[in-house]
Amino acid sequence: MTAFDPGAAAAQATAAILHDTLHGTDRGVVVDSPPGAGKSTLVVRAARELAAAGRRLMIVAQTNAQVDDLVLRLHEKDPGLKVGRLHSSEGDAYDPALRELPSVTLSAKPGDLTELPVTVSTAAKWAYVKDAEPWEHAIVDEAYQMRSDALLAVAGLFERALFVGDPGQLDPFSVVGAEQWAGLSYDPSASAVSTLLAHNPGLPQHRLPVSWRLPASAAPLVSRAFYPYSRFRSGTGPGERRLSYGVASDGSGPDRVLDEAAESGWGLLELPARHAPRTDPEAVAAVALVVRRALDRGAVTQDEHPGGPTPLTADRIAVGTAHRDQAAAVRTALAGLGVTGVTVDTANRLQGREYDLTVVLHPLSGRPDATAFHLETGRLCVLASRHRHACVIVARAGIAALLDDHPSTEPVQLGVTVKFPDGWEAMMSTWDFWSDHRIPWRP
Amino acid sequence: MPLLNTLARLEAVRSGRARPLATVRHRHLSGRPLVLVPLTTSGEAGAPLGALVGTDRHDPCLLVIPQPRDRDLRWEFLAELARQVMPYIDAYADDVEPAERTETDPETGKRVKVETELCVDAPQLIVPSRAGVEYVRLLGRSMRFRRTAEEDPENPYPVPTQVPLLGRWFTHLAERSRVPGSALLLSATELLARHWATGQSSVEDQHLGALLAWIAPPGGENGPGTGAEAALRAELARDRDGQLLVPPAGPATDPAFDNKLLAPAMARYDAARAADDRDAADRAGRTLRELVEGQLRPTWDAVWRSLDLLRALPAGERTGERWTRDRWSYTAHRDRVRAGEPPQPRRDDAVTAAQKLATRETEQVRLDAQEALDDPLVMAGRRLAGEAFAGEVTEVVMEWSESARPRPRPLVTVVTEDRPQLADGAAAKVFRSLDGRPQAAEFVRFEGAGGIVLRLLDKMGSGREPAPGTVPEKGDRLCWTLFEHDARGGPKLPDPEQTPWTHGGPPGSATAALPLPDPVTDGDIL
Amino acid sequence: MSSYPPSVPPQTTPQTTPLRQRLADLRGPAVPPRPLDARALAALAANPGCGRRALLDGAGVDKTALATALGSPSAFGQSQFAIVRGNSFEAKVKGDGGAELLRLVHEHLGAGAEPPGAAALVPDLTAAGPQGRAARTALALREATSAGAWTLLDHPMLALEVAGSPAYLEPDAVVVHPDGRWTVVEIKSFPMIDGGADPAKVGAAARQAAVYVLALENTAGKLPGAAVGHEVLLVCPKDFSNLPTAAPVDVRRERSVTRRQLERLTRVEELAALLPEDLCFDPARPAEELDRAVSAVPAAYAPECLAACELAFHCRQRARAADEVGALGRSLRAELGGLGTVGEALAAAAGAGPAEDPTAAALRQAARLRAEALALAPARTPSEDSACPC
Repeated sequence: MTAFDPGAAAAQATAAILHDTLHGTDRGVVVDSPPGAGKSTLVVRAARELAAAGRRLMIVAQTNAQVDDLVLRLHEKDPGLKVGRLHSSEGDAYDPALRELPSVTLSAKPGDLTELPVTVSTAAKWAYVKDAEPWEHAIVDEAYQMRSDALLAVAGLFERALFVGDPGQLDPFSVVGAEQWAGLSYDPSASAVSTLLAHNPGLPQHRLPVSWRLPASAAPLVSRAFYPYSRFRSGTGPGERRLSYGVASDGSGPDRVLDEAAESGWGLLELPARHAPRTDPEAVAAVALVVRRALDRGAVTQDEHPGGPTPLTADRIAVGTAHRDQAAAVRTALAGLGVTGVTVDTANRLQGREYDLTVVLHPLSGRPDATAFHLETGRLCVLASRHRHACVIVARAGIAALLDDHPSTEPVQLGVTVKFPDGWEAMMSTWDFWSDHRIPWRP
Repeated sequence: MPLLNTLARLEAVRSGRARPLATVRHRHLSGRPLVLVPLTTSGEAGAPLGALVGTDRHDPCLLVIPQPRDRDLRWEFLAELARQVMPYIDAYADDVEPAERTETDPETGKRVKVETELCVDAPQLIVPSRAGVEYVRLLGRSMRFRRTAEEDPENPYPVPTQVPLLGRWFTHLAERSRVPGSALLLSATELLARHWATGQSSVEDQHLGALLAWIAPPGGENGPGTGAEAALRAELARDRDGQLLVPPAGPATDPAFDNKLLAPAMARYDAARAADDRDAADRAGRTLRELVEGQLRPTWDAVWRSLDLLRALPAGERTGERWTRDRWSYTAHRDRVRAGEPPQPRRDDAVTAAQKLATRETEQVRLDAQEALDDPLVMAGRRLAGEAFAGEVTEVVMEWSESARPRPRPLVTVVTEDRPQLADGAAAKVFRSLDGRPQAAEFVRFEGAGGIVLRLLDKMGSGREPAPGTVPEKGDRLCWTLFEHDARGGPKLPDPEQTPWTHGGPPGSATAALPLPDPVTDGDIL
Repeated sequence: MSSYPPSVPPQTTPQTTPLRQRLADLRGPAVPPRPLDARALAALAANPGCGRRALLDGAGVDKTALATALGSPSAFGQSQFAIVRGNSFEAKVKGDGGAELLRLVHEHLGAGAEPPGAAALVPDLTAAGPQGRAARTALALREATSAGAWTLLDHPMLALEVAGSPAYLEPDAVVVHPDGRWTVVEIKSFPMIDGGADPAKVGAAARQAAVYVLALENTAGKLPGAAVGHEVLLVCPKDFSNLPTAAPVDVRRERSVTRRQLERLTRVEELAALLPEDLCFDPARPAEELDRAVSAVPAAYAPECLAACELAFHCRQRARAADEVGALGRSLRAELGGLGTVGEALAAAAGAGPAEDPTAAALRQAARLRAEALALAPARTPSEDSACPC
């Protein structure tokens, strides 16, 4: 058996994707991209090659931040490429930094941008574009987080499209019931990709096989637990990413869990079992303390890139929670410890982001029972796949029992494809794994 | 469940009585609703057993099928139901007022105002429970593809014209009931549960008798026991023969009723008919009517009592605006029926499904905002969630915009005990209701203990000096919301004929043709 | 496929005999065990956190009789109309040598095999007693698999070991495909209207079918060439007729849940070990004694139990008497965090809650806002009306 060469595997996949996109005969190409597999790089590269081939291109992203990020990346790679940024007519709906880029045209009117080789906007804004000459090609980014009805509103604008996204992240949702359409191929509340593939089952489907973000310690677990049918590997080998501290452990729980995380890539800080409020003060304080100690102990990271160790700064650390009020409580606790600059957000908002060290408040910590919300596979997947070096999970004991006691009386809709992995199983398998990296809480 | 409602439930447990969840009524109630209490036959879809229907609480029309498995009797029942319900629905069709509607001009593509008419009122159907709403949908589905003798002379089982028509209307009402805040078809349990919290779980709240007992126990304030005790009796108490004292609100019947009373009576009816003994059949038929009426009547009364309780609450200010949307919905369906359009298809096409979902999401946002604006108790829930705050104005500093024609942009400081989800450095807009219209302000900063500094942005007139009464004064108590007061609809979707390739392309001609009726086979009778 | 490896291998033989004796004692020496059917096994997952239910089911106690003896009879019962309709629909589906049923299996799960014709086999499965029928079924499955022909097994009998005792299960039908695949068929009398069906009922059918799939997998595992399909076929009346229509249902998720719950049934032994020696659930015993016996086993009542457990009304009464917030629903309990009783929660709302507890603080805030709003717009609530409005 030859050794796995991540660079070659990724290059091969990318070449096949670009070939199908530029020279294929199908109207669509679908690319599944696990966390940190170079999705943005692929989108930028495909955009440049399509533009170079003279295909008028529209890019559809889901949020304004994603659109701005893409425009900045396109400019960085190809400062000469003329890019249109279609924005909403409401004031500052785009990053002011874009105003500084000479090759970028900003407008709220599609008519101002139709002649440009590339135009980027959100799905919501594209949906208002009417009676335009169809674009020859589109790239739909974060296509698994896009709802089927949003694709319906924009699909008439393009002839062909490249759909790129991460199937493991949070599914789109609706605030009102949509059960009546469950099982329909075009269920408006389903993901854009599921509708697309239901109607066009023969489209070429690709997969980016290498996560450049997740370290060798994390890729196997994330792949097994959340992508059982589309496994991926880490782009780096064991030991290539290293996290260490300038200051030795003081023997406290937070320090020991940080050591465990530096050693193995994962650490589970376990507080005593107790039914707790959602903003469990002890768990929140523990999360904040872990962050504080990581900074106090002078953490440094070393990765596969040349150059010496880099100090781990606050902006390279993120805290992930399930609920907004939990994030707010952690922010308050961090401020109380004098920590600033650390990102604290919910799984929804952390999608697509990347940090060196993450600290996660487990969605089931302190709960008397699990709900569909807490068991949603994508939520835990996002929380467990944001880090380049290490991830610390903070939770109260008792999660295994809670999962064992979880009632399984889910309704079943005819015609709806069963999604794997099941949230309950993903919770169970990750918990089992993390239990091997357990450090009991001790102040 | 929001914590404020949780607290109300806990209070109800302690007091043994339901506690209010609203201080106004959040749904329009017609002055003349049609109440429908249906019962169905166990184990068989769309085989009604009986119904009470009508607009007069003292004089309901009783419909009973003595043998629900007999197809002819079933058609008779549905024809009679249509005779009872269709005149009520049609009665609103011709009383109209002129109105304007915005449409997209097919030639210019511009949004233009079109003169049209709007029915001044609309029908309102009330059923006992959520299951009743679903039963209306099921009956609608079972009737709307039926063919009349005129449409299909060869059909061995033709139905009167009104039957497929009622099917289309029931389908329309059931679909409309999925729109948040709509009121063309409502259930008593959902209405009550929206306005009162009981000391039981939401599972138990689906029992109309129990729910009502918590809110208004028999005997009133000086009655024999608490609402909790009355609810337990309503739910479980049986007589010596094992029959429930309060029959279920349907459409499903209690198995004990089926097995001990209904089945023997039906067997006598079947035997009499088999023996061609008309007198005995009539007698057995009368017994069945009495039995079924005995199951229906308590629920019928309970639905009307529920309406009394709800009418005692003043209507929320914006319920009328939502009812106008219901009138539009009724008028539009009237027009479709009059234009000779085919019945609603079995399943929505891609564009229709997306359109319905978009409408419902918009209406949910609108409903959430309007209920809060209409009702301080609902607003309290939003304040607790950090989505609104109320407090006293402590300072107003006049400032102006920096433009050629300066406009007033006063700074208003509000002191509140609430904890809205605002953060220093994060831009946010807030709104207050000024004479029923939203006035916007931007969050500037926190100041001191509970102080929030806002900058007013609009609704102050066109001059340099704000119009009188548009800027709050020191000492005013104001409530600001972080959410907008109205909802905006989404973009226009493509026409169904323009369904893109990602969604299967335009619906085939097969669905455009009149849908085939459901096959009726001799084997239907089991 | 389950990606979750079972952490504990199912425990079997050594403990069996003492445990069975112990469970028999708990049931009452003269009381025969209530046989566990697929529905009961599937219901294990309805509230797996409830030790009371696990023990009573594991011991084969007749919970309906027990609930009646306790004075809180269950409200379960089936209308004879539904039973008659279900039986006649099943007979219709299986009529004509199962031709229609086999056609449906071929149409939905045929995987390119030739359609079943007159050569399809319908072996006779009659035998004496459940054990005999199970043996006869196993033989028929073996023969059908090696015959390589479409075969319909009408009401086969399957055996599955549950907590050391065999349970006998009777699916509506099992179809053996020419390629050796076995498909479980569930025939239900609720309708499929325009291709959709009541999701709660489909879910229940899927959980029940998953038990059959598990039982069949034990047999298939010993038979080369045999495999059990993880898609079962659900057959229901079409629209408002009694013509059969069908839909495949993927039961992998339900299968892995049931497998795990069956493995966990070994904890019945631990639960039994904690109980006093002379404890007994014989419904013939006096109510007070039964009440004490039942109370000795901890329950985890939630309102969902009302639709799933015969003892639910008894447990609800106890939960209410104990002031448990769980009686008001799982989501409400979760909202209250560590405050487990109505009394504690109301005390917190009144300002007497534990300091530092954010839930207590939020409840206090809620109470302030609620009082303020009610004062601002005094609602005419019925409890404040002196006269009944009707």
